[in-house]
Amino acid sequence: MSYLDNILFAVLLIAGFGFFAASVKKIIRNINLGVDVDRKDNPKARWKNMALIALGQSKMVRRPVAGILHIIVYAGFIIINIELLEIIIDGLFGTHRIFAPYLGVVYDVLIASFEILAILVIFSVTVFWLRRNFIRLKRFIHSDLTGFPKSDANYILYFETVLMILFLLMNASDYHLQNVPGGYSHFHKAGSYPISQFIAPIFNGTSNEVVGLLFEIFWWLHIAGILVFMNYLYFSKHLHILLAFPNTYFANLKPEGQFDNLASVTKEVKLMMDPNADPFAAAPADENAHPAKFGASDVQDLNWVQLLNAYTCTECGRCTSSCPANQTGKKLSPRKIMMDTRDRLTEVGKNIDANKGVFVPDNKTLLNDYITPEELWACTSCNACVEECPVNISPLSIIMDMRRYLVMEQSAAPMSLNAMMTNIENNGAPWQYSQQDRLNWKNEN
Amino acid sequence: MSESLVVPTMAEMLAEGKQPEVLFWVGCAGSFDDRAKKITKAFVRILNRTNVSFAVLGTEESCTGDPAKRAGNEFLFQMQAMMNIEVLNAYEAKKIVTACPHCFNTLKNEYPELGGNYEVIHHTEFLKSLIDDGRLTVEGGQFKGKKITFHDPCYLGRANKVYEAPRDLIQKLDVELVEMKRSKANGLCCGAGGAQMFKDAEPGNKEVNVLRTEDALETQPDIIAAGCPFCNTMLTDGIKNKEKEGQVKVLDIAELIANAQDL
Ligand code: SF4
Ligand code: SF4
Repeated sequence: MSYLDNILFAVLLIAGFGFFAASVKKIIRNINLGVDVDRKDNPKARWKNMALIALGQSKMVRRPVAGILHIIVYAGFIIINIELLEIIIDGLFGTHRIFAPYLGVVYDVLIASFEILAILVIFSVTVFWLRRNFIRLKRFIHSDLTGFPKSDANYILYFETVLMILFLLMNASDYHLQNVPGGYSHFHKAGSYPISQFIAPIFNGTSNEVVGLLFEIFWWLHIAGILVFMNYLYFSKHLHILLAFPNTYFANLKPEGQFDNLASVTKEVKLMMDPNADPFAAAPADENAHPAKFGASDVQDLNWVQLLNAYTCTECGRCTSSCPANQTGKKLSPRKIMMDTRDRLTEVGKNIDANKGVFVPDNKTLLNDYITPEELWACTSCNACVEECPVNISPLSIIMDMRRYLVMEQSAAPMSLNAMMTNIENNGAPWQYSQQDRLNWKNEN
Repeated sequence: MSESLVVPTMAEMLAEGKQPEVLFWVGCAGSFDDRAKKITKAFVRILNRTNVSFAVLGTEESCTGDPAKRAGNEFLFQMQAMMNIEVLNAYEAKKIVTACPHCFNTLKNEYPELGGNYEVIHHTEFLKSLIDDGRLTVEGGQFKGKKITFHDPCYLGRANKVYEAPRDLIQKLDVELVEMKRSKANGLCCGAGGAQMFKDAEPGNKEVNVLRTEDALETQPDIIAAGCPFCNTMLTDGIKNKEKEGQVKVLDIAELIANAQDL
């Protein structure tokens, strides 16, 4: 490699990571548009969740076929990235397989296991592709997945396959040149190639110069492909490979049935119930000068964990396929709740970018423009979606916050629910029975 | 059922200077719904038979606020919660048992932050503890050899991870306990939660309770056991929808235990 190569490589690398850093910054900014919620308690349990659920993929295997294949692709992704370190050093310093002399046999084992993983990844990704496009699993041909989300899923699979093929072709051409009689150029013997040695014969009869050039091409395409893929994450559900970690760390640790008690409401209720409170006293001029908005009508009303959830969603649809409302043909789909939240958050982010850092109202909200009341009212709060999600997302918490807005800010509950609430208010039961009759059952037969 | 039920109230207990072992939170369904009242009475018959010292709040009990909270009305929920907490704290309640998983969840998880700290248990857990302590012995009686499937209430199961107590109780009856294709953490909702009980379903192609009843019927049970008055209603309606009232009964675990002992 000449210096030009090294410089070109450095530029490519800086551009790749530079763009990526800008995307990460944007994601963090957008997530921070959410209201605060404290998720710093009990770090031990949080680390454990992250280790088991994100790293250990413990919830993936609830569906064993997809789960095991996913673990293979995931392990492949992580382990093959060790090789990336060598590629970057080689690229910057014009070396070739710089780790080989230092690692000896270990290097052979590493390269061999990368190759085996690569072939397993190609196999798994192929099965995924078939499942998605031919076996027509219900959760993949669902109405949530049209347009970009549908293509996105396939793009990821194509990307992964192409990267793995490039990796194997790169190794195969290298192996071929390592073994030409008398050796060739800088292609010293290094590594062990259980898979690509069977690909290498395709280069027989081709001149060393051409194979050398092909090696260069595969090498460059492979690393460039990885950098492009990394930058594609920002637009894709594939972001979960990174965000699954913080998402499982910050996920709710309380029992699934425990919904948060709105602190702003507690204050007001306490004041109402306090016999000593002076109802005519001027409201204290404290931080609450703005009356709190109850519930959520847009992404800025959600908390940052809910927004992190939205970016983390893998669009796998496990939630939706276990949702009683969705299974009975209702419009509600917890996956769509998450996708809508992300889409709206992206839109709000773009708005802020276009308006020099401030959000300019656009006459749109998450409620109505993305998620309709009909969807929200179909939820039974059964927690099936929360239980099922492989990365501990809670679509239910968003549904609840939006219901709160509908009821407390807009008084827009379905009529029958209003009747139920009036009953509770007047006689302490959701039906029209007097509280005085509460013990009548004792003497009835 | 010739014996009449002994149901002391907390007020009566206090007047006698006594504190019961456990406060029985009856809940709105258990107090007013005709089907659920039978569950309440079955549970009380077991309490009476085992001489458990308990009391109810009676007319001082009010809705926990669960349906209001799940409907999104946090105001109404917290009003209810604080009123109930005032009453419970005035009686210095320590341990509460309830046959309604919604009351159970709300009292257990959502009241502490508002000042109500109690040990809250579901009646299936309580019955199990009575057996474990040797205070209650159970035989199969009329249910011996019957095929029973158990429907996990969302607010008992997934919400609070109580899966085993109800199953342990059923197994004490010398019956064949069969699991539905989705159960425990994977259980399907009956369709009543989240305030759905009090409204019509959104447009769709099926009712949730019918879907769940189909799950249950697949196991070809003699009895579908429930642990929640709302699930009970939903599944009973489902059975009617499938015209299986003749063959399959929906019974609460408290009823199974009480009826097995001819209480
Ligand atoms: S909690 Fe609501 S959205 Fe989630 S699975 Fe149950 S009904 Fe569906
Ligand atoms: S919320 Fe979870 S289960 Fe649902 S689609 Fe997203 S990642 Fe999958």
